[in-house]
Amino acid sequence: MSLLTVEGLTVALPPGGDRPHAVEDISLTVDPGEILCIVGESGSGKSITANAVMGLLPGGLPVRAGHIRFEGQDLLALGPDAMRRLRGARLAMIFQEPMTALNPLMRVGDQVAEALRVHGAGGDAARRVPELLAAVNLPDPAAIARSHPFRLSGGQRQRVMIAMALALEPTLLIADEPTTALDVTTQMQILRLVREIQSRRGTGVMFITHDFGVVAEIADCVAVMQHGRIVEQGSARAVLDRPQHPYTRALIAAVPHGASGLVAPAPSAAEPVLRVAGLRKTYRRGGGWFGQRVEVPAVQDADFTLVHGETLGVVGESGSGKSTLARCVVKLVEPESGSISFHGKDLRPLSRSAWKPYRQKIQMIFQDPFASLNPRRKVGETIAEGPITHGLPRAAALERARDLLRLVQLDPGAMDRYPHEFSGGQRQRIGIARALALEPELLIADEPVSALDVSVQAQVLALLADIRGRLGLTMLFITHDLRVAAQVCDRVAVMQRGVIVEQGSTMQVFSAPRHPYTQQLLDSIPGRGWTPPDLTEAA
Amino acid sequence: MREFWRRYKRNKGAVVGLVILLLVILLALLAPVLFPGSPWDMVAAPFVPPGEMGMLLGADSLGRDVAAGIAHGARISLLVGAVSTAAALLLGVTLGALAGYLGGLADDAVMRFTEFFQTIPSFVLAILLVAIFTPSIGSVVFAIAVVSWPPVARVVRAEFLSLRSREFVQAAEVLGKSRLSIMVGDILPNALSPIVVLSSLMVATAILLESALSFLGLGDPNLMTWGYLIGSGRSVIRLAWWMSVFPGIAIFLTVLALNLVGEGLSDALNPRLARQRGGAA
Repeated sequence: MSLLTVEGLTVALPPGGDRPHAVEDISLTVDPGEILCIVGESGSGKSITANAVMGLLPGGLPVRAGHIRFEGQDLLALGPDAMRRLRGARLAMIFQEPMTALNPLMRVGDQVAEALRVHGAGGDAARRVPELLAAVNLPDPAAIARSHPFRLSGGQRQRVMIAMALALEPTLLIADEPTTALDVTTQMQILRLVREIQSRRGTGVMFITHDFGVVAEIADCVAVMQHGRIVEQGSARAVLDRPQHPYTRALIAAVPHGASGLVAPAPSAAEPVLRVAGLRKTYRRGGGWFGQRVEVPAVQDADFTLVHGETLGVVGESGSGKSTLARCVVKLVEPESGSISFHGKDLRPLSRSAWKPYRQKIQMIFQDPFASLNPRRKVGETIAEGPITHGLPRAAALERARDLLRLVQLDPGAMDRYPHEFSGGQRQRIGIARALALEPELLIADEPVSALDVSVQAQVLALLADIRGRLGLTMLFITHDLRVAAQVCDRVAVMQRGVIVEQGSTMQVFSAPRHPYTQQLLDSIPGRGWTPPDLTEAA
Repeated sequence: MREFWRRYKRNKGAVVGLVILLLVILLALLAPVLFPGSPWDMVAAPFVPPGEMGMLLGADSLGRDVAAGIAHGARISLLVGAVSTAAALLLGVTLGALAGYLGGLADDAVMRFTEFFQTIPSFVLAILLVAIFTPSIGSVVFAIAVVSWPPVARVVRAEFLSLRSREFVQAAEVLGKSRLSIMVGDILPNALSPIVVLSSLMVATAILLESALSFLGLGDPNLMTWGYLIGSGRSVIRLAWWMSVFPGIAIFLTVLALNLVGEGLSDALNPRLARQRGGAA
């Protein structure tokens, strides 16, 4: 018998939404010892499905139809008390954000013990807590149990969350994007842990993700969701290698994959556009009068060159200093030593006004499309702003903005609208248009696609590649996603804790990494054993 | 704009406040029509109770019409409130913006300067300033502005600090815009909502401050104000209650209206918060 059976589940959205139902007619099953992955883009209803199973739907989203049967019981018919007894004991959930899911004022061990206590198993907590923490591969469980959450890294916190979820040996574990907020190497460890625990205990797992790499890594079965409906369902092999539904095919075609066809042989003899040498930036947090000053070296002795027309990818995990490096190049952050030569001219010592002419040549695309556009300014004004600042008459600048909107495949009618009327991908296009308005030579892209859904991400990457080819741009591309880097970059620099540990052509770095850290990063790419089928003819 | 008005209307108290405020403004504008002649003119016998001898709200100890005093006083009270708030905003926004945007030493200097003003009890400072500069409408406005700018500077600084690190501001830096145009063109429009809310409350505080100064006899001696009316009725309050009570009600209603409007503006400008509050109620 199946562990969990969802039949024809329909959850209504509040009236006035973009569709009547959050999820509609969802049917799926999870067997003991099986990992079911629910994949879909943001807003597809995958979290709603998970919350419905846990009985955690917010008040405004009533269940309209369907059954959720868990171990033979209909969960929707249970009262809040009965549901609470099940939750935690038989059904457990891990959330996306490990940073906020733990109580910051309570020791980790106490929080795990509390999970035991509320279900009447508090008696042997002293024995069970270290055992549980050890089971999720945390080093020195006794010490971890005594620490407060702020002392733990994101990955460690997520392990604690998993330990709490597993405390009462539930038969079904629901994981809602548990690795999305984590670095790639940590993500791999957590995925292995989930897989290991699941096979050791025979737990059924419902794993929600937006990443097909993760699916390829751990799923037994896959359900693909779009607009609140399951469009395709089947075994992992079948869905990943022989997707049937056009939406699944489009999603899989959009997955960035290692080998790219467009790696242009970089003209190595060309004169360098940008040469960065010995760049250093240290963040100091002052400790006031009595406290100790804390020094965080964000970038240490960074050296690299960019020749005309090439794209250099800077990859690394969060906190590796890659964004600081990009910000140093555009003087948003002032480095303390080193040189940043643009066509042989050192930009680092220049004053704000002496920098101004170079602003036209060096432009930047930002990460968060929701934060990078001024919400009180019309799109056309936003794009035209740069040229106007640099002396172009207003009418001509607006005309250029109109052309640029066309270039980034947006309707010129967007000129008179405000940013909040656009989706994330459209906003990112506007951000690109703003950067291009000054006709720059060097474009710095700071994680330009990491806030976007995978299909939108593919569109924006294609747009960048197209523009780069057409305008002959030189690009510094910051990303944490190695698959994206492999697809767009000619050369790659790998950063770890502020140091560039390896640098070379994309092909060489990815196929024959020399530094152990690079190797570790590459091993951590989820789903690296899976090559997406060639679906270009369908896309 | 229509959306803004729809959200504002959801707060019933704010609509009431707006109506009261508009009535007070109307009263101030129509004062010369409703009560022609100077409010200082003696038009009735002393201490005429309300409703007698054509005195709607009674007459004071010299036979002057209290209603005329309130109507003419409304002009001064509102004028002082508006002008001193505008002056305090000008100073507070400028200093707060500089401190928040430039950070570092400039921030330290401005904030220490602000704290210097905040550590002095504001009413005492206002009395002192008016006393030094001799009471006149100019010195009253000046004194009120001087004591009410520090909270503005702090609010604006906090807004600028958080907005400065937002990506759209960094994008403006990368475009090469000047500091002034980033501060005025990019950050300030996004920091407006707390400033608007704060200023409606500041007008209310300024009216109270002006009344308190006039009550103490530190108002402009040539102008009829609400505080002066209350102050002159103080010694005869058991004989002629109407001399103090009606101007008091005028101050109360105006300040209440301004506070209600402030709350309504706050709800309308932060739709997300307002919805949560509405959902909880």
